[in-house]
Amino acid sequence: MELNAWAMAGILLVGLATFSIGFRSSRLANTTQDFLVARRTVRSRRNAAAISGEYLSAASFLGIAGLVLKDGADALWYPIGFTAGYLLLMLFVAAPLRRSGAYTLPDFCEARLGSAGMRKLAAVFVIFIGILYLVPQLQGAGLTIHQVLPGAPVWVGAAVVSGVVFVNVFGGGMRAITVVQAFQYWLKLFAIAAPTFVMVALFFGDGGVRGAGVTGLTDPMPPRFPADVVITVETPVVLTVTEPVTLTATGGRVDGALGGRVYWGAGQHTVGEGTELRFTAGSPVPVVQGAPPDNLSWLRPVSGAGDLFTTYSLIVALFLGTMGLPHVLVRFYTNPDGRAARRTTLHVLMLLGLFYLFPIMLGALSRLYVPELLVTGKTDAAVLALPMKIAPGLLGEILGAVTAAGAFAAFLSTSSGLVVSVAGVLSTDVFKGKVRDFRFATFIAVAVPFVIAWSLRPTDITLSVGLSFALAASTFCPLLLLGIWWRKITWVGAAAGMLLGGGLVLAALVANIVSGYTGGWAPAFFQQPALVTVPAAFLAVLIMSKATQSQLPLDANRIRMRMHAPDRLGFIRDRDIARFGAAEDRARLANGRHRR
Amino acid sequence: MSKHAATGPSDGDLPTPRPRRKRVVLADSRAPVTVLRTVTELEEQTSWAEEVVRGFIRTQFRTAVALALLVMLLFGSLPLLFFLIPTMSQVSVAGVALPWVLLGIAPFPLLFGIGYWYNVLAERHERDFVDMVEK
Repeated sequence: MELNAWAMAGILLVGLATFSIGFRSSRLANTTQDFLVARRTVRSRRNAAAISGEYLSAASFLGIAGLVLKDGADALWYPIGFTAGYLLLMLFVAAPLRRSGAYTLPDFCEARLGSAGMRKLAAVFVIFIGILYLVPQLQGAGLTIHQVLPGAPVWVGAAVVSGVVFVNVFGGGMRAITVVQAFQYWLKLFAIAAPTFVMVALFFGDGGVRGAGVTGLTDPMPPRFPADVVITVETPVVLTVTEPVTLTATGGRVDGALGGRVYWGAGQHTVGEGTELRFTAGSPVPVVQGAPPDNLSWLRPVSGAGDLFTTYSLIVALFLGTMGLPHVLVRFYTNPDGRAARRTTLHVLMLLGLFYLFPIMLGALSRLYVPELLVTGKTDAAVLALPMKIAPGLLGEILGAVTAAGAFAAFLSTSSGLVVSVAGVLSTDVFKGKVRDFRFATFIAVAVPFVIAWSLRPTDITLSVGLSFALAASTFCPLLLLGIWWRKITWVGAAAGMLLGGGLVLAALVANIVSGYTGGWAPAFFQQPALVTVPAAFLAVLIMSKATQSQLPLDANRIRMRMHAPDRLGFIRDRDIARFGAAEDRARLANGRHRR
Repeated sequence: MSKHAATGPSDGDLPTPRPRRKRVVLADSRAPVTVLRTVTELEEQTSWAEEVVRGFIRTQFRTAVALALLVMLLFGSLPLLFFLIPTMSQVSVAGVALPWVLLGIAPFPLLFGIGYWYNVLAERHERDFVDMVEK
């Protein structure tokens, strides 16, 4: 793909708009409360748009379509889980968490469990999850820039995103980011909906599947290349072939031998680094190992007992992981009260449901038009590559520019949210919580993930995001659920659950990375261990809390009442004002209740 | 507190002939006294308050758990259904395979609907609680 000037222009525009909106609102931010929780005055509609804007990450914008292209029906659990997570968050967490008056997740732990050690532990995990989530965003940015501007090395995209995010968060913290994220939700919705409408119209205009001259999506045959294609394999892959195919390979090794004209029978074939494969139009598509090879098995969800296990594990991780994501929770603290927090979540459910219809459609379309991505396995590029295939020429370039710009908005908004939450925790728990500390923490929160993203080998965006959901579900989810609803939780129990759940997931993560470099021996279970780690964490909290009832915080009842009592009774007491507030606010707080 | 802030250091610079008349209010008759009393009782965690609050939390918890179970039942049964009845993918609804309708389209309005329902229930419980406390 040659340099796409339209796409570059689109990306630049998004970057510029983000920068200027952030810059304008950061002039209003000057206190610690501005930087941490935007003074807790964000209305529920804007907050919902901001939450959705922050949440629709690279995994949602690029990853879901890519996974649908590769895995078919089983991938549909990702958008379901991403949305249903908010329903569970609304049912159990939203309002009580806001009423607790905390300003970060570690602060909530201290408020509820009365232990400074617990606060430190929670801070460590917030930073861990934040970084684990940031790395795939930056890698996705690298991929996008690489797709649009093939000459650019992969780190350029990561550097651009890091730069814009750093400037915005540095300047205005949460206050600036709220407006930026709300804007980016609508931008992303447009950037995925408009191209989808146009492409679906073109698809049916061409006479649907039959007109495209390819395998129908319900046929028990592999997909076929709609046109002659040259594929460059950059990292070695193993391909599954179900229908014999002939191809020409140049520049690398195929099945251990030098290339040339090759005939592949059914079975597994290996392709070495730097090989160029040429397929003619109409030949069946070999797919990367592990993906369903023909369209019927692609269409059918759950094709074996192993699939069943992975599917349930994924459901647990996504449904319960959302409520443990620190960058999502930190936005709930910006609501004025508990009722607004609940309404915000309701809006979020609507906004997300609306958005997720489109990547699913794009994923199915790309199975017909860009099956060559199945050969390299880099299916995350589907949304970016699809427009040029459906509508070659100017229209395709413009549509491609719109999706590339939307993808860039996704990296920017999610990274901003993550950086704000990590910097908030760093500045209040490691440093003193002054505005200056927040700015220094921002630098660290941007620089560290950038270095990691640069040095690690990129994997599927959605898979690594799935793992950070598993981490969140096994650490903060038990703590929040039991902390809010169970009177007898103690800090010992909470710490035990967090260490056990988090430790297990991290062990799986390390095993995964090691196996990626040493021949892929780790079973699929290691990619999504939530079905085991989440119950283990819950059990650990329950058992250890029961065993240490002498450690119950003295004011447990009062805190519980504050979390659950309706807002009109006026029990909310904001801990950030108590710690960082102006003298007048502190006095008001010391006086007791402040009624609205 | 703003009432008190208005007087004070400002009248120290010249000898004022007479201190200005001030209205001293011991109790504002318009304030809802009972509300304050019950709210104070809640704050002080008397045994009555503890019982009331515990009952209220239990109601909210039951509502949330019931709806969560509904969601889990609806979504948790799907993979098992697909596993046990593989022919489901051959059924098509308006040209789209049934599993894709069940997984790709239907969940989103459903989730919003359940969320809306919970919001109504939770706000009703809160209103009832406030009414009871302020009666």
